[in-house]
Amino acid sequence: MTVAIIDCGGANLRSVQKAVEIQDMKVVITKDKNTISNASFVILPGVGSAKSVMNNLQDSNLIETIKELTMPVLGICIGMHVLFDYSAEHNTECLGIVSGNIKKFDSKYTVKVPQMGWNKVTFDQEKFKALDNYYYFANSYYSQISDLTLGSAEHSESFAAVIQKDNFLGCQFHPEKSSFAGKKFLYHFFNAS
Amino acid sequence: MITKRIIPCLDVKEGKVVKGVQFKNHKIVGSIIDLAQKYSNDGADELVFYDISASTEGSIVDKEWVSKIAEVINIPFCVAGGIKSIEDARQILNLGADKISINTPALNDPQLIQILSNEFGSQCVVIGMDIKLIDGQAYLFAKTGSEKTAFATNIKADDWMIKVQELGAGEVVINAMGQDGVKNGYDIELLKSLGSICSIPMIASGGAGEPQHFIDVFKQTNVDGALAATIFHRNEYSINQVKKELQANNINIRI
Repeated sequence: MTVAIIDCGGANLRSVQKAVEIQDMKVVITKDKNTISNASFVILPGVGSAKSVMNNLQDSNLIETIKELTMPVLGICIGMHVLFDYSAEHNTECLGIVSGNIKKFDSKYTVKVPQMGWNKVTFDQEKFKALDNYYYFANSYYSQISDLTLGSAEHSESFAAVIQKDNFLGCQFHPEKSSFAGKKFLYHFFNAS
Repeated sequence: MITKRIIPCLDVKEGKVVKGVQFKNHKIVGSIIDLAQKYSNDGADELVFYDISASTEGSIVDKEWVSKIAEVINIPFCVAGGIKSIEDARQILNLGADKISINTPALNDPQLIQILSNEFGSQCVVIGMDIKLIDGQAYLFAKTGSEKTAFATNIKADDWMIKVQELGAGEVVINAMGQDGVKNGYDIELLKSLGSICSIPMIASGGAGEPQHFIDVFKQTNVDGALAATIFHRNEYSINQVKKELQANNINIRI
């Protein structure tokens, strides 16, 4: 069971790798198409901007590879944003796996932008209730609530903290930085997906 | 809603954690890794490591300990001290830090804030503001890692607060230098006044000596987090104890 972490240039690669290692999974950080396509799980970590992640994926010729993946895939933060059609961050066309757009939080609603810190995530379905917890967020852009939302949190309004479309899971928070809660979330990804 | 953050600050000098009073007379309080682990297990929401030798001696922080911290904790942490360029920042972030904090280099070259924010995202870019009142007016201080090098600039705190937001800073740490290590409580007036012109996360620093000081700063100002060193280093109160008191006072906190 190999986990492929896609190297899309972000700075949190080592943190994500470490978080996977403590789940007793074999893990590689890679840009190689075959390694990604043959992995049991794929993680698309994201730090930086939607534009920089998309440019990196384009340069590595991975756009079509990612769209065709059939194993469980987890997009983290910007890695979740790029699963959507479009992100308002630098007007970026994204992968289009999940329909919808990523918007910017509006600081005029008495909330601070970026959202930075621990926010409470609530899951709707009974089977995910055990994952209700505080997770670490660091983001200015977000996905609105939709039919694909599994878990939500509040920052001026409700936003999607976890989304799922078929085999693609996305989380707005950083499980690799969310202490015990993040560890449990990743355990769930590897064992229940 | 996002919770208020409790952030232990570890001043690092020559590879050890030290603590001074009003930015001088630093004493060794322990090993970086041991304290990072301890605070993380005790419920710290994030950690700040400030390399006080780097900022005054002109070197970038010794990188080895940054990657060691990233190996042992799974909460976010910020590194400050001696980061002067996009390359310095990249190095620290690649070693596993989540944020970098800059003070003097931003005062010397404000465009650096914009460059860092565009490259790494504003959530990575923290501006440390070391502030002292001169004739009733709050001014920025530079090179504050050592008493010998610290000096007042002619930049007013409220002007700088507006400017760093325009340039794309993701967070500010307001360090009231007069309060540092003296445990009289945070500088509520300063934080209120700067908070009224701040739409990015703002962290209070300097003066925490007892749980009531954290309650006061969260009740009386709109800061998003409170940074503290002495109170935790001396084992006077644990982070968990402080958080329980905050919770008992209806402050939204992660426990």
